[in-house]
Amino acid sequence: MAEMAGLDEGTPLFTQVADRLAAEIADGGLAEGERVPSTNELAAFYRINPATAARGINLLADDGLLEKRRGIGMFVAAGARSRLLGQRRQQFAERYVRPMLTEAGRLGLGRGELFGLIQDEQGRQDARDSRDSRDSRDSQDRGEPEPSDLRGGVPV
Amino acid sequence: MTAAISATALTRRYRDQVALDDVSFELPTGSITGLLGRNGAGKTTLLRILAGQEFPSAGSVRVLGEPPADNERVLSRMVFVREDQAYPDIKVRHALRAASWFYPNWDAGLAETLAADFNLRPNKAIKKLSRGLRSALGITIGLAARAEVTLFDEPYAGLDAVARQIFYDRLLAEYGEHPRTILLSTHLIDEAAALFESVVVIDQGRIVLEAAADGLRGVASTVSGPLLAVDEFTAGRPVWARRRLGSQASVVTVGPLAEADRARARALGLDLVPLTLQQLVVQAAGWPGLAGAAEHPEGVSA
Repeated sequence: MAEMAGLDEGTPLFTQVADRLAAEIADGGLAEGERVPSTNELAAFYRINPATAARGINLLADDGLLEKRRGIGMFVAAGARSRLLGQRRQQFAERYVRPMLTEAGRLGLGRGELFGLIQDEQGRQDARDSRDSRDSRDSQDRGEPEPSDLRGGVPV
Repeated sequence: MTAAISATALTRRYRDQVALDDVSFELPTGSITGLLGRNGAGKTTLLRILAGQEFPSAGSVRVLGEPPADNERVLSRMVFVREDQAYPDIKVRHALRAASWFYPNWDAGLAETLAADFNLRPNKAIKKLSRGLRSALGITIGLAARAEVTLFDEPYAGLDAVARQIFYDRLLAEYGEHPRTILLSTHLIDEAAALFESVVVIDQGRIVLEAAADGLRGVASTVSGPLLAVDEFTAGRPVWARRRLGSQASVVTVGPLAEADRARARALGLDLVPLTLQQLVVQAAGWPGLAGAAEHPEGVSA
């Protein structure tokens, strides 16, 4: 039943609860100084034992990302977001940049070529983003459905 | 932490049959524990002894610090909801009224809300209720009693998935607001798994596993794919079940998997699927290494 709230089977629930809260703090969904959901609120939402939810919260509190205010609850600590973003940057380097460099080495790509590929890809993405935002602006202006909606109904 | 329930070397024999064999455990005050096992494993016998409705052949039990049998001080602070509970020939509201006299912490408002949630009509005669609604009545009494020790023995015969979800949600909400010691026996293990702080698994009258429920997640996984790759991946890892079909193999390996292990499995073209609690319980009886691999719960000791 915990699966209904999107938790997966293979890892302990308390670490998943902690990960979800940390992600929300990093994304700014939970601002610094804001109250985090209580143990019972988390337990009800994820449909898990309150002790499990409490363990997830405590994991972040032990890390100094949350702080307890007596009688009120747990709050996002000052500096939590920048610390989490720092951790994420490091993970990004480990998970994406390092394997990319290894693969680039295998392919014999020089530094200049690699930077060139990154710039090309960035350029394509920027173009896509600006086209998307223009399309949605246009269709809003004209009050018409997006082109993708029209295509969707026509068998190809 | 004080134990709300403690059983010491409980044994129960019926003629030539041993229903419980040297069972010892403690449940801490304020916890939800799953009592799991196959039909006939001894779950109901154990719960009946805890509820003071049956005597052990040997060993002893303490509930809230005292022996429960014929002990009004304990029994008024404990509720036991049985599978297929029998009721006298009365209406739903009479049963709720009687319960309100018996349980000092009875919450009439909660009973009313729960009855409405389950579509349980107060003026209906209990003997005319469907099996599911009779279960709903038991659940309503079990939760509204707000008893310090709450025992549920497969309380949801005949309840559909929606009604069971209402039960789980209400149980968690009630427990959050008014913590108590809850022991719930069930064979619907996977849907109830996340409710439990710890689980006690019995098989043929003996405890075969006692662990923190969350610590059992990911403690074992099924690895499947080409035989050679499976063998390469599981070399040096504890392996429990092994199945083979032609050049394909499927193996249950015990022990948590790190991200590096998962990456290796992907590289070898293997599927990794964690065992659910239900699958673990099915295999717990023949799996002595499991208890050691799982994290031991705080406060629960054999």
